[in-house]
Amino acid sequence: MRYIRPLSIEDAAGLLAGSAGTAAILAGGSDLLVRMKGGFIEPDLIVDIKAIDGLGEIRETAEGFSIGAAVPCAVLGENTALQKAWPGVVEAAKLIGSKQVQGRCTIVGNLCNASPAADSVPALVAAGAKAVVVGPGTRRTIAVEAVPTGPGKTSLAKGEIVEAILLDSRLPRSGDAYLRFIPRTEMDIAVVSAGVNLTLDEQGRVKSARLALGAVAPTVILVEEAAEVLIGSKLDEATLERLAKVCSGACRPIDDKRGTIEFRRKVAGVLAKRAATTAYARAGGK
Amino acid sequence: MAGVAVSTTINGDNVEFLCQPDETLLDVLRDRLGLTGAKEGCGTGDCGACSIILDDRLVCSCLVLGAEAEGRHVETIEGMAHGDRLHPLQQKFLEHAALQCGVCTPGFLMAAKDLLAKNPDPTEEEIRFGLAGNLCRCTGYDKIVRAVQDAASVMKGA
Amino acid sequence: MNFDPRYSGRNFTSVGTRPIRPDGVDKVTGRARYGADFNMAGQLVGRVLRSPHAHATIRKIDTSKAEKLAGVKAVITAADLPDLTDGDAAMYDILDNCMARKKALYDGHAVAAVAAVDARTARQALKLIEVDYEVLPHVTDVDEAMKHSAPLINDAIFTEGLEQKPVKPSNVTKRTQYGHGDIHEGFGQADFVVERSFKTEQTHQGYIEPHACVANVSSDGTADLWVCTQGHFVYRQHCAQLLGMEASKLRVTSSEIGGGFGGKTHVWAEPVALALSRKAGRPVKLVMTRDEVFRASGPTSATSIDVRIGARKDGTITAAEATLRYSCGPYAGTWAEIGAMTAFACYKLENVRTVGYEVLVNRPKTAAYRAPSAPMAAFAVESAVDELAKEIGMDPVEFRIRNAAQEGTRSSYGPVYGPIGIGPTLEAVKNHPHMKAPLGKNQGRGMACGFWFNFGGQTCTDLNIGMDGSVSLAVGTVDVGGSRASLSLVAAEELGIPYEQIKAVVADTSSLGYNDMTDGSRGTFSSSMATISAARNAIKVLRERAAQMWDIPVDDVVWEKGHAIAKGEKYDNLAALSLKEIAAASGKTGGPIAGHSELVADGAGVSFATHICDIEVDPETGSTRVLRYTVVQDAGKAVHPTYVEGQYQGGAAQGIGWALNEEYIYGKDGRLQNPGFLDYRIPVCSDLPMIDTQILEIPNPNHPYGVRGVGETSIVPPLAAIANAVSNAAGVRMTHIPMSPPRILAAIEAERGG
Repeated sequence: MRYIRPLSIEDAAGLLAGSAGTAAILAGGSDLLVRMKGGFIEPDLIVDIKAIDGLGEIRETAEGFSIGAAVPCAVLGENTALQKAWPGVVEAAKLIGSKQVQGRCTIVGNLCNASPAADSVPALVAAGAKAVVVGPGTRRTIAVEAVPTGPGKTSLAKGEIVEAILLDSRLPRSGDAYLRFIPRTEMDIAVVSAGVNLTLDEQGRVKSARLALGAVAPTVILVEEAAEVLIGSKLDEATLERLAKVCSGACRPIDDKRGTIEFRRKVAGVLAKRAATTAYARAGGK
Repeated sequence: MAGVAVSTTINGDNVEFLCQPDETLLDVLRDRLGLTGAKEGCGTGDCGACSIILDDRLVCSCLVLGAEAEGRHVETIEGMAHGDRLHPLQQKFLEHAALQCGVCTPGFLMAAKDLLAKNPDPTEEEIRFGLAGNLCRCTGYDKIVRAVQDAASVMKGA
Repeated sequence: MNFDPRYSGRNFTSVGTRPIRPDGVDKVTGRARYGADFNMAGQLVGRVLRSPHAHATIRKIDTSKAEKLAGVKAVITAADLPDLTDGDAAMYDILDNCMARKKALYDGHAVAAVAAVDARTARQALKLIEVDYEVLPHVTDVDEAMKHSAPLINDAIFTEGLEQKPVKPSNVTKRTQYGHGDIHEGFGQADFVVERSFKTEQTHQGYIEPHACVANVSSDGTADLWVCTQGHFVYRQHCAQLLGMEASKLRVTSSEIGGGFGGKTHVWAEPVALALSRKAGRPVKLVMTRDEVFRASGPTSATSIDVRIGARKDGTITAAEATLRYSCGPYAGTWAEIGAMTAFACYKLENVRTVGYEVLVNRPKTAAYRAPSAPMAAFAVESAVDELAKEIGMDPVEFRIRNAAQEGTRSSYGPVYGPIGIGPTLEAVKNHPHMKAPLGKNQGRGMACGFWFNFGGQTCTDLNIGMDGSVSLAVGTVDVGGSRASLSLVAAEELGIPYEQIKAVVADTSSLGYNDMTDGSRGTFSSSMATISAARNAIKVLRERAAQMWDIPVDDVVWEKGHAIAKGEKYDNLAALSLKEIAAASGKTGGPIAGHSELVADGAGVSFATHICDIEVDPETGSTRVLRYTVVQDAGKAVHPTYVEGQYQGGAAQGIGWALNEEYIYGKDGRLQNPGFLDYRIPVCSDLPMIDTQILEIPNPNHPYGVRGVGETSIVPPLAAIANAVSNAAGVRMTHIPMSPPRILAAIEAERGG
């Protein structure tokens, strides 16, 4: 086993592409080290990307925000501009694990770990976030929902690294929100989760909407029908009830140690309603 | 498997060690450096008993590789008191009996220190959520929260 | 020397104060050494290979490849731990649990172990051990295991305690029955009858420190064991017996212990570590991972309980019965029996009957967990009691007060009570402001009572007075939560000297006589009795020495406030001699001054508590929040009140976790699905409110200071108190613990007819 800390993304991609055995990227380590401890993975090569220039930064550009792959989630919460623009994404990122984990874990890691229950992913999908994927001599930008393909599986090729997550700058009258259900108040993996992102027109009606659900299917799902229900509404009671029904219907959950099919269906609808209500208020809706 | 040579700062002292690439910082502290104050309760970041402060961030040392400590500043429970003068948190934990078995105590103290550094005047709710990454099975947390509240007021006055 | 343990009222100087514990500074500076914090030169790393199957015959184990791996120094299987138990069935079960002999009986059952130069090599070696299993059908559910069609876990088990000896083997090892009166007649007098069935899932003690030990066996037949345990003398006995050693040749040192709650009263890894060390000829350190702790150590029983209680319109209970089925893991236990004994212990009943069934399942061997078996029985009984009060239209507190046991009541498990605290805790709850606080929407209040026997047992204590007058107190009961502070207070009280003048330590097995382990809430009760006895013996010596120094008869010397005083007018001009002065002269008056005590601490006073809690339920998600919690419990005499409060709060918190979220979840394959703190969800700090406590002191007549055990009772009422609160908040009776959000939501939906 080797541990290498490259200084450039190209070197990192080259190392990963060139490794003969199992290679793993280390950013926050909060998933990788747990999997190593449990004997689920024994990497031959660990590539620590934290020394790569720029990967530890959140950059604000004309188009929006670029969040580097090595930025710990705690730092997202400390960035007031990001917090103001994308409170839902930030609250999702800040729900991952404990304070201790917050100081290490990253949203890129959360995305690439490809758990259907990943906290930041529904919020990112709802936000229409994009991932910058760098490989040996390649660079492409894809929708975040295109990264995970199933539990623990991604569309990334050998040698590819997600360098950053891009979030658009905010249109006026926009708001997002993320809610998850966990049995305790902290430390659990989401049993069900919902991310909602809305933009309102000048009359306070929903102009555009994206809603994503977590932990109810093999990957986080974008519920197109939910957007259709929301658009044109002011989130009256009837709309919210329809939204809950559509979201419950969109779930393809399983029974497991964290929850039952019935529970996940029902609570997905409840969380969708509540998250939409919060996002609507954040967008200035009344 | 080749060892990794690491040069780091622990509790203000320069320390050099050799570790395996897959060895956690917790194992390095405990098994190579004799700093057994950080405990392994789970090894998966779920209990906080191995909490340390790494470059001003509270982390679980079981989720950090020893190799990652290169060039960084590590604070452990062994560095919390100044000589024989206890940190106010340590003193208040004793006075409030905020420990029974005491195995979670080093982790709680590091977490509480980090919490008060970032938020010197926390509400009860902020303390409870700030310490939610540390499990205690003995106390029901009541006396821990009170000790942190008391330490916060002492430290503000200092 | 005769020791009179009877209670005699007195004004306390030290007892009842709240000093800082003597082991405190080490614990806040990281210097205290727990099980895994000890190392020896040349030490190897021990690791255990565990069965992935819930039930399987072990056809063959091939360790040859592992033995050939460079760095591996010993590999052992059951063959290296031959059966030396000589017909002792309980010890055989312990042996088989340490290392499976013919069959693996649960997911996580140890089948082999290695000692290697480092952890990586040990891990690799485990992978090279080839075990040929024949997988057998398994059963993990307590009710399923009782069915005739269930897979048999041990075909040599025939149910004991039945009127007719069974002809077929069964997973039910034993039936027990308690009670008195005629329940048929009693139910005939009832105007109201409540009958319900309840289930509770299996929980783990959840101590934060995994089992850890360092074993060092020498070729001369002696050995040392450093270990986190609740009872190093018991561990010594068990290990010596299983390894064929003489007990005195095995010195066991109890490390600081990072929580036990009953879970560190059994040996698991220790005999394995000793066997590895014996084979390798080097010290071996063996530390369980958290996964191993959950899969292979600990848990309490899962239960299935039916309760039926009848009462007259005036609120008098006329009859009560319960059938209790408790899982034991794959080995016989007495868990249902304890449940059957405790179930109705809070009440004065004319007609009562409880029946317990001990049930084998393919789960880890059940271990004690804080007032073992009582919380589940209390959950079932106190839920039914609440429901019955409601049917009659009585306030639940009043209903309980009306039926509460008193001094002179014949308990449901047999003995007649002395002075007890159930009535006073109920009166205190009735008058507590918590009971009158307003509740909001979706909020409910619940209360419940709990009982625990408490235990005394064998105890040995030494008190040595140094020539500078400082006092070393060596006790043999492991300090699990501050008992060195309480025992120092007791020594200070008895000797009449300051607390700071005393240093209490937990002595190793070679330095003190046998002590039972710290269980049954006996630590402070029994060791304080022994400490008082030892101190009184030391005082006798101190008086003799003072008499010698003064050259007067010893009968004229009394001991007051840390001084020898010459009694009588003729000694008016003799200045009192302090303990320090007498100690300083001891070299010339007969040598070291000490007091010893060896006793069986009988008469542990029974203990009662009543808890109140407020819960809010989110009717859309089944989520719960504990808003307020109050514990009222009788301590007899609170020696160090802060640590008594700590015991009350800690037990309540564990009960809250059990009630709401904690459970072992097994898959259809019989494997444990949540062996970690991520999905075995013990309460975190933000889950709980402050836990208010009220200490009542109804002196135990069998202890000089009136002390009763306080550690365990606090976990008995919470399951029921919370179930009553949730049921009141959600408007539906909850009968399955834990009341996880999916269970609550399902119950609410079912009630709505949805």
